[in-house]
Amino acid sequence: MFDTLRIVFRKEVLDNFRDRRTLLSALLLGPLFGPVIFAFAINLSLKQSLSDASEALELPVLGAQHAPNLIRYLRSHNIDVTEAPASFGAAREAVISGLHDVVVVIPQAFGADLAEGVPATVSVITDQANRQADREARRAQQAFEAYSREIAAMRLSARGISPLAVRPLNVDVIDVSTPSGRSAMLLGMLSYFFIFALLTGGMNLAIDATAGERERGSLEPLLSLPVTRDHLIFGKIAAACLFMAASLAISLVSFYVTLKFVPLEKLGMTPNFGPAVVGTAFLLLLPFTLLGASLMTLVASFTKSYKEAQTWVSVVLIAPTLPILIVSLLMVRPNTALMLIPSLSQHLLLVGLIKNEPLDPQHVLVSVIGTLLAGSALAWVSARLYRREGLLG
Amino acid sequence: MIRVDGLQKAFGDVKAVDDVSFEAPDGRITGLLGPNGAGKSTTLRILYTVLRPDAGSAHIDGVDVLRDSLGARRRIGTLPHGSGLYPHLTARENIAYYGKLYGIAADQLEEKVDRVIRELDITDFADRRTKGFSQGQRTKVALARALVHGPRNVILDEPSNGLDVMATRSLRELVRQLRAAGKCVLFSSHVMQEVAALCDEIVIIAAGKVALHDSPDGIRHSTGCDDLEDAFVKAIGLAER
Repeated sequence: MFDTLRIVFRKEVLDNFRDRRTLLSALLLGPLFGPVIFAFAINLSLKQSLSDASEALELPVLGAQHAPNLIRYLRSHNIDVTEAPASFGAAREAVISGLHDVVVVIPQAFGADLAEGVPATVSVITDQANRQADREARRAQQAFEAYSREIAAMRLSARGISPLAVRPLNVDVIDVSTPSGRSAMLLGMLSYFFIFALLTGGMNLAIDATAGERERGSLEPLLSLPVTRDHLIFGKIAAACLFMAASLAISLVSFYVTLKFVPLEKLGMTPNFGPAVVGTAFLLLLPFTLLGASLMTLVASFTKSYKEAQTWVSVVLIAPTLPILIVSLLMVRPNTALMLIPSLSQHLLLVGLIKNEPLDPQHVLVSVIGTLLAGSALAWVSARLYRREGLLG
Repeated sequence: MIRVDGLQKAFGDVKAVDDVSFEAPDGRITGLLGPNGAGKSTTLRILYTVLRPDAGSAHIDGVDVLRDSLGARRRIGTLPHGSGLYPHLTARENIAYYGKLYGIAADQLEEKVDRVIRELDITDFADRRTKGFSQGQRTKVALARALVHGPRNVILDEPSNGLDVMATRSLRELVRQLRAAGKCVLFSSHVMQEVAALCDEIVIIAAGKVALHDSPDGIRHSTGCDDLEDAFVKAIGLAER
């Protein structure tokens, strides 16, 4: 048995190593796609949120001359007051057209109202559907509220009342999350990238086992050889597993490299993603290759052509997201029963790993054995299907 | 030697093979002749065990294809209809892959592959990847692949399909060499001339049944037609009535 398996395995590996299309998708695009997109997106959003607080906000103010003190206060709080459209209507138009994100309008009565102790109106015109505008508007609002509190405190002091009297509560939020814990939220979605890369790695090989061989006309002569079909299919699944493992390894390493260029520590995150974690993650995900290869082979064996197989096997690429998605929405804590669910168990273990939490040996054991059992069952079913007469099409 | 007794095979309501019996002896070329869809390929597929018959039996050198399908497969070399090669492997690698799966020992593999490459005149393109091979080159490599383990019985399903005149001639020459080596050659065709030019025995199949089984001369005689093509048409007409 092992002779046949080895012969088929070696031939499949050689054959696919020479196929540029397989190599490109399995060992380059699949594993690199995720990390690169991820790093790019994170970098972009980091840059935005980091720059906002430190950079001066340009704020067009109409009627600045009615509130010189307020304007001085804004300038001292890193807000540049600039020229605004000439009227309230024009200001509205400017925000609607996107010329300005935010325009502040100070009415003529501002000074008089303030002097009389009547609430003085300041209008902040913004488009809350625009995220950037919303952020700027909030910054302006916070500045106005701070100014408002200062005035209020002065008024109370002038009447001989301590400003503390209107602050009965002091709300103090204490964040116990660790830097690696905060990064786990962000890096939690990584597990899917890895599973995706892993599956892409063996996709072509899995399709080739049935649909590909059939389309090429090489299936029938192959089946007329004096070897059992089980050994043929197991050899092919083993080759697909190897490509999946290679793809996974490349994906993990490329992510490790990419993370060095993402300034996560500026967001107070220290991802626990060193070489040891890369190695452990590889071992934790490795059992999933058998499941992935068998599942894809199984799906492909129902199809009539290579193209049709590609379509259906792509569905398999999405399937592992479902348990991950459901559990992330429900915010479930890892437990032993969840470790029985492939893809989910790998996800949960990986998140724990990135959070720098100790791995529960029982969880690891259940995950590895559960996934391997599911994979073996699917491999067995694919072998049964490989025995059908209808396989020849 | 290949023996077929009362084979039956239906796909749904269609009876593809309906009680086919014949014998293909060693050292002879036996042609399965019949129109498209007559049941030739189905019969051959049962012989190389990718299909199971509904009834009847078949033996390769006395080995039952149903009871010992691996043993039967070991005794034949097969060139199925539209045989495909692996385009990223060279001709030699394609042949060696099958040699290994036929169970040829590692220390004999190279010698056997070399021999079949020489015999089939593949040497010129043996170390090129098979992607882009002509149909003639492809057929030769597929045949070499089927013969690498030196089988006593050779089954060819429409081997001359898509071949040009020169390639067809060289294929015929190869088939004659196999006969000279004492092998049992069974091949199917829907082309009368080809069967007439090559076969010692002709089994005419129509609508899943054996219409006639005789030598070319015997067929001319029994149908009363001098021309084999007329005889063929007449035999099929009798069977399909």
